Amino acid sequence: MTATTTTASPRGLAGLEPVPDDHQPSWLGGVRRAGLEWVAEHGFPTLKDEDWKYTRVGPILDVAFEPAVGGMNHRLSSSAIDDLAGDLGGTRLVFVNGYFAPELSSLAMLPEGATVTSLASVLAENADRLEPFLARPIPPQHHAFTALNAALAEDGAFIQIPPDTTIAAPIHLVFVSEVVASPLVSSPRSVVLAGARSRATIVETHIGSGGVYLTNAVTEVVLEDGAQVDHYKVQDEADTAFHLAALHVRPGRDSSFSTHALALGAAIARHEVWVRLEAEGAEVTLNGLYLPDGNQHHDNPTLIEHVAPHCTSRQLYKGVLGGHGRGVFNGNIVVGPDALGTDASQTNKNLLLSDTAEVDTRPRLEILTDDVRCTHGAAVGQLDEEAVFYLRSRGVPHQQARGVLTYAFAGEMLQLIRVGPLQSHLESKIAERLRAGRAEVRR
Amino acid sequence: MMLRIENLHASIGGNEILRGVNLDVHAGEVHAIMGPNGSGKSTLAQVLAGRESYDVTGEVLYEGEDLLALSPEERAAAGVFLAFQYPVEIPGVGNLYFVRTALNSLRRQQGLDELDAIDFLSLARERMGLVEMDESFMSRSVNEGFSGGEKKRNEIFQMAVLEPKLAILDETDSGLDIDALRVVAQGVNALRSEGRAMLVITHYQRLLDYIVPDVVHVFADGRIVRSGDKDLALELEQHGYADLEQSAVLTSSAASVGGATP
Repeated sequence: MTATTTTASPRGLAGLEPVPDDHQPSWLGGVRRAGLEWVAEHGFPTLKDEDWKYTRVGPILDVAFEPAVGGMNHRLSSSAIDDLAGDLGGTRLVFVNGYFAPELSSLAMLPEGATVTSLASVLAENADRLEPFLARPIPPQHHAFTALNAALAEDGAFIQIPPDTTIAAPIHLVFVSEVVASPLVSSPRSVVLAGARSRATIVETHIGSGGVYLTNAVTEVVLEDGAQVDHYKVQDEADTAFHLAALHVRPGRDSSFSTHALALGAAIARHEVWVRLEAEGAEVTLNGLYLPDGNQHHDNPTLIEHVAPHCTSRQLYKGVLGGHGRGVFNGNIVVGPDALGTDASQTNKNLLLSDTAEVDTRPRLEILTDDVRCTHGAAVGQLDEEAVFYLRSRGVPHQQARGVLTYAFAGEMLQLIRVGPLQSHLESKIAERLRAGRAEVRR
Repeated sequence: MMLRIENLHASIGGNEILRGVNLDVHAGEVHAIMGPNGSGKSTLAQVLAGRESYDVTGEVLYEGEDLLALSPEERAAAGVFLAFQYPVEIPGVGNLYFVRTALNSLRRQQGLDELDAIDFLSLARERMGLVEMDESFMSRSVNEGFSGGEKKRNEIFQMAVLEPKLAILDETDSGLDIDALRVVAQGVNALRSEGRAMLVITHYQRLLDYIVPDVVHVFADGRIVRSGDKDLALELEQHGYADLEQSAVLTSSAASVGGATP
């Protein structure tokens, strides 16, 4: 990443400082300082940065954001969360502006030894347990926003599953932003540690009540040998909000990880996924569906590094772009010199619903060894007018016919969701959105 | 009079395909339209169903109303149905969902209550029987991976559910083996009724062995050049289209289309 200087106003993200905390261990203070120093030295990304080529962060830097603080009053109720995020049963941790809200959360029975709690409580009780995760050397994909998260994060989810343990019900992490007088940035940091041969399903949902705010989230998932984690990420922020998120995954030997990223909300949203396959025989699946409409911008960068031999990666991202919506799929697969027997596939398909919608798709493949099986491809198209006429000739009104076909395109991704209540929550949400909201249609 | 077509012209990209079609169809009648490939038969079907890619002039009165002024979905709601020559595959849309959405769209436009899933299923099951269609087709995506015969059965199944007043069957027999043809024809015959008219477009006489028409029209060079009773079809079977085309007042090179029946 190239170093650039920021042009942000003196206030706002460029001027943020961590809250001094005498109780925190010195290593953590060092991590926070290092985060801010990184931002001061390198600045915020610009369009000249290869990884940010299609996403302008200027509108985010123009806002005089202040860091959210814990313990604020809120007017949220548990049933309001059910409506916005879906009720998945099982354990639910709710975070308001990035801080754990126990009164909105529910802890279902967990197997012995399993921990599902807030990061803040671990920091308070046994902070050194987190040092290996929070004080990690800075990865090459680091940028000003992940650095800011390191500097500001005080809470988030902490999940640890002991070896040979299965948590059957999905663990639902709900991040809700509630707007106050000044625009807030919340910086949740979540850590998931799946012990050897453990199994779990984790759903992250990001919602907001409206107004301008920024969610700047980092989630790290570590799978030990043979672990299996299914992860879902639902970005349904207020349409006026900004959402930047990074998911870092480190799969162990013969482990299996899947993630489904569904982007519905936010004015500017970026969900990056970085998977480093360092242990043999791991399998990862990255699925995504982005639905920018109006003036929304949804950026989906992914990086899969095949370092160890005999790993498999599967990627399917679909975009439905309406109005002046803009989507980006920036997928990168790097197969290293020792990654023999790599099996990687990457597919990106896009449906443009209007003349003013736009998508930039960049499937990239860099192979530094032989004996690999890699495929990638991208497609951009419009609705099949033959199919539209077929439906209309059967009596289905034009707008609804387009909605049915659009939903069918997106529906493939919903079929892949294996959490029943989440699937139905998203099905009704997306069906409503695709049939009702698309006023500008291509004739 | 259910359908009156007067001096109907249609062109696409400046190329005139229909050149003055005149046709009257009464309720309860089955009309066969026969003609060589490229004569414009399918264009007539598409124009009647409301395909928007054609420039159309002339008049089409359907139950006294100006059919050409209606959108495809309004025509469907008014009782017009086209069984497609090439039914469209729609991945991701279940067949049963598709037909139910269609039926309820029609019912809504007609001011009727929508059928719920249970009532619809019993109706669908009954109508599937008409075309000997296996229930497994209902859960599959519309026409996706269907054989040619299965697609055509699916068209007649849809017609049986939607119960149109004017059914246009565009080359429903093409690509069918004799068993599939028999099944499809049986479905069509079961739907013949006093209040329903059918336009059966075909290249071959053999369909008319199963669906016996009241009137047979010969279509050539974008218009009807001869009309008669069902014996006209047999005459065509013996002599082919060539004689008829020559007897028509031909104005273009379309006369050279080789459409003789085998």
